[in-house]
Amino acid sequence: MLNMTVIYFISYLYLRTSLKLMFAFCLHSDEGLSKHPVSLETLYPSIKIKVYFALFISGKSKEAEIKRINKELANIRSKFKGDKALDGYSKKKYVCKLLFIFLLGHDIDFGHMEAVNLLSSNKYTEKQIGYLFISVLVNSNSDLIRLINNAIKNDLSSRNPTFMNLALHCIANVGSREMAEAFAAEVPRILVAGDTMDSVKQSAALCLLRLNRTSPDLIPMGEWTSRVVHLLNDQHLGVVTAATSLIITLAQKNPDDFKTSVSLAVARLSRIVTSASTDLQDYTYYFVAAPWLSVKLLRLLQCYPPPEDAAIRGRLTECLETILNKAQEPPKSKKVQHSNAKNAVLFEAISLIIHHDSEPTLLVRACNQLGQFLQHRETNLRYLALESMCMLASSEFSHEAVKTHIETVINALKTERDVSVRQRAVDLLYAMCDRSNAKQIVAEMLSYLETADYSIREEIVLKVAILAEKYAVDYTWYVDTILNLIRIAGDYVSEEVWYRVIQIVINRDDVQGYAAKTVFEALQAPACHENLVKVGGYILGEFGNLIAGDPRSSPLIQFNLLHSKFHLCSVPTRALLLSAYVKFINLFPEVKGTIQEVLRADSQLRNADVELQQRAVEYLRLSCIASTDILATVLEEMPPFPERESSILAKLKKKKGSGTVSDMEDSRKERSTNVNGSNDHIVTTSPSSDLLGLGHTQAAALNSASPPVTSNAASLLVDVFTESLPVVPPTSIIEENFSRFVCKNNGVLYENQLLQIGLKSEFRQNLGRMYVFYGNKTTTQFLNFSASLVCQDLNIHTTPADPVVDGGAQLQQVFNIECLLDFVEAPVLSVHFRYGGSMQNISIRLPITLNKFFQPTEMTSQEFFQRWKQLGAPQQEVQKIFKAKHSMDTEVTKAKIIGFGTALLDGVDPNPSNFVGAGVIHTKTIQVGCLLRLEPNTQAQASCSVKRTHIHAALYTLMTINCNIDYCSTDISKGKIKIFKCIFKSQHSQNK
Amino acid sequence: MMRFLLLFSRQGKLRLQKWFLPLPEREKKKIIRDMVAMVLARKPRTCNFLHWRDLKIVYKRYASLYFCCGLEEQDNELLALEVLHRYVELLDKYFGNVCELDIIFNFEKAYFILDEFLMGGEIQETSKLSISKSIEASDMLQETMEEYMSKPAF
Repeated sequence: MLNMTVIYFISYLYLRTSLKLMFAFCLHSDEGLSKHPVSLETLYPSIKIKVYFALFISGKSKEAEIKRINKELANIRSKFKGDKALDGYSKKKYVCKLLFIFLLGHDIDFGHMEAVNLLSSNKYTEKQIGYLFISVLVNSNSDLIRLINNAIKNDLSSRNPTFMNLALHCIANVGSREMAEAFAAEVPRILVAGDTMDSVKQSAALCLLRLNRTSPDLIPMGEWTSRVVHLLNDQHLGVVTAATSLIITLAQKNPDDFKTSVSLAVARLSRIVTSASTDLQDYTYYFVAAPWLSVKLLRLLQCYPPPEDAAIRGRLTECLETILNKAQEPPKSKKVQHSNAKNAVLFEAISLIIHHDSEPTLLVRACNQLGQFLQHRETNLRYLALESMCMLASSEFSHEAVKTHIETVINALKTERDVSVRQRAVDLLYAMCDRSNAKQIVAEMLSYLETADYSIREEIVLKVAILAEKYAVDYTWYVDTILNLIRIAGDYVSEEVWYRVIQIVINRDDVQGYAAKTVFEALQAPACHENLVKVGGYILGEFGNLIAGDPRSSPLIQFNLLHSKFHLCSVPTRALLLSAYVKFINLFPEVKGTIQEVLRADSQLRNADVELQQRAVEYLRLSCIASTDILATVLEEMPPFPERESSILAKLKKKKGSGTVSDMEDSRKERSTNVNGSNDHIVTTSPSSDLLGLGHTQAAALNSASPPVTSNAASLLVDVFTESLPVVPPTSIIEENFSRFVCKNNGVLYENQLLQIGLKSEFRQNLGRMYVFYGNKTTTQFLNFSASLVCQDLNIHTTPADPVVDGGAQLQQVFNIECLLDFVEAPVLSVHFRYGGSMQNISIRLPITLNKFFQPTEMTSQEFFQRWKQLGAPQQEVQKIFKAKHSMDTEVTKAKIIGFGTALLDGVDPNPSNFVGAGVIHTKTIQVGCLLRLEPNTQAQASCSVKRTHIHAALYTLMTINCNIDYCSTDISKGKIKIFKCIFKSQHSQNK
Repeated sequence: MMRFLLLFSRQGKLRLQKWFLPLPEREKKKIIRDMVAMVLARKPRTCNFLHWRDLKIVYKRYASLYFCCGLEEQDNELLALEVLHRYVELLDKYFGNVCELDIIFNFEKAYFILDEFLMGGEIQETSKLSISKSIEASDMLQETMEEYMSKPAF
């Protein structure tokens, strides 16, 4: 013990002294903080517990810590399980230790019950620790909620404000739906009751706010709402602050109900703004009067338009002017806290001014104020000023005023040391850009791009691309800008950006020649980015003829230049270049020989990549067989693209909107589909990939976009292409919606951008009929359509599907099914069709499962249990214990069991919470009776599962699927697990 | 509304976590990891605000501890800085020159003080005086020292 204490003191004193010094700098003595040295004994009554904690943190290694913690957990567990009932103190001690261990970052999966017991203790500390444990460790869907709710109810009715506060805090901290249900009526009552203490009112207001956020539907609006508004007049500023927070949230949803709060808020705000700094006593924060309340009131006013009543409006304008005036006054204190609080109010006032967007003088004043902040020495203020100015820039009254600060903002972009400030500067430049300054801003952003942080480059690239397009007066400037963009930050230029430049060049005749010339020059550079090669290949392929007159860019030189980059490029780019070559054959008959030579090379015709090989073969053949006329038609210049919203803008919006993981995955997926049709594994075609119809086979371009073609040319084309249709390798079987159909028979099974597959089915005994509907979601026909179903244990008859599905039409196919034997694997439906130029293959698991052949059987309790007991042999029973995902809703569960196919036997089980079902599975050869019991269980149990006979295996799998949807979950971490027990019993009986 | 408040040391050890909206455990761990990595990587004298996903992150260093909170779009960053400061002041007043060890050893007190000050992510009481008073009041309810010490140790 002596040793331990020594270690503790050494480590403790070391840490303590080193920190103390630093804190002295941070805090200010004029606030009257006590500075006297603290003796350990007075501060820490229980040195022993502290030693215990100290040992953890002074532990040498992670392993030692884990070892020690495991030992300690085992000790606590044994104490909890021990025969001797623990007294309140020990319970509190161990629960506290568990909390400590949890906060060190280790998982805790027991002790919840003991914590709940502490709630009903009369000793304040025990209750407090109990509540703390529950707030930190119990998440919203625990079994214990009912017990916790009881304890809370007792405390709420205790009329002891300290206990009531603890209870309200607990509701706010856990905030689950069950709690909201239990207390949605009680909390508002406490809030507006006349005799409630102020501190309890504050807690109640925020507790209600919290419940309203998670379960708004449960909070009844009623006469209490009007009384809440009047809390804005309360004497106690703490109550007003809390009530304002609540009203803000409520007013956002029901603005009309809380309209009266506007005049009250203005009155209150005006009183605060005009008060002397000492009037509000402890609510004055570093010489600023009630900054929190002021900000809240200003925020509340932003839920509404400017007040209509002239008097109120005048008073509000006065307030805002006073706040703006105060910013010019010399500071009352040099402390950063003073300036922060003061400016917090100022920024909120500016937000309100921007929100109202109606008082030009205020807007301009706000803008000037922010302009001052742009050069402030506080980085925080510069950051916020840039951020607020972005909003001001969009107001017509202040846009011009914002523009006057352009030099300062550009300077910030160049000189700020902090990347997040620079990013705000980029945002502001983007927001203040218009026709008059676009060239300057784009140039500055481009030059900044060369040194910009990697993290923000992609966003800048998108912004430059958008601005260049939006404010391009002459498109030569646009082309120059985008090519510069690719040169400077090629890696960050997304597909959308270079797609867009090609769309624009193709749609505008006046820029095509210039574009061809510029890319030709840009490609001269010894090392150029692959994106430049893509743009270059595409543009020269389309418009190379416009510069071919110049001997320095003769067709052969153009071709050689492109081909010199070929070997350095990735597969999609090479595919694009091959298309450019075949277009060259059409544009310049004189290079036909050279190009055919290149296409004929082994490296092309026998390329390992299927797409490249195929293009080489097709293009070579096309150039050999087709006459000049046909070539000219097939390889005609691309038609103009339909005008649509810039895909770049959409991308920027998306980028701004989020950054959540799923979004990132989406965009990655999207990007992969955009690679020009060359990745064969994709069944669907995203709308943006048709942008380069070239990427697909030429037939696609012909079908969708080209002007009408003479019929013999088209038929010839078909001849050329039929042998070499792209073959899509078999795709994996799609099962995503499968489990949803275990308990239901109708619905949409599958959907992608082209095709929707719907189901309607009925089953009787061992027979079934399934209607499958194929909906063509596109406007073009699906050709060579076929759908087939294979399964050995089922006898399936079907009508062949019509080979053509018109655009927008629906095709129906009927499957007649007979169940021969019990089976495990559900059959797979394979759908093939040709869309555009490529074959689409889709394999989907069809939800024909064994339980569809259930016939429900009614029986009495006695019959049921008699049979249940007879089926005792191990091979006749499957038992599966699994965890519940949702709280268990009786009605939903009943519906699931009926949907599963068995009869639901009500009142059979003596335990009313159990579910019991019975049914007979019909197959052609045998019939199998099955009994089912689902036992919701609150005690954690080891899971055990038994699979014996074949039929059991099948049912077991199915039941698992069924249950997986509803109850299964892996969330054990919070120790709130709902366990169900489900038992199958079945017997084999011979076919009658 | 504040979404979460984290306290962690310069070594990246988490000292206190408070979540104002329920989140799955995995998500919490991810946020903690991201926050620690982002905030510790910041150079001195940069600004105290960051954008992360759709949240505004406000952080401040006090001695060896970083106080870091996540705000929603419409919240006021400067005021959030003062929320952090006020919390430090409250801790300081309670512990008398607070230090990291106080928060480690008396984590329950740190949580109780925070609960008096913030609730559901909104400020509950800004007056230092009334908060101290209510904390004192609850301390009065504790057992006397003798009673406490005479209980059997672990």
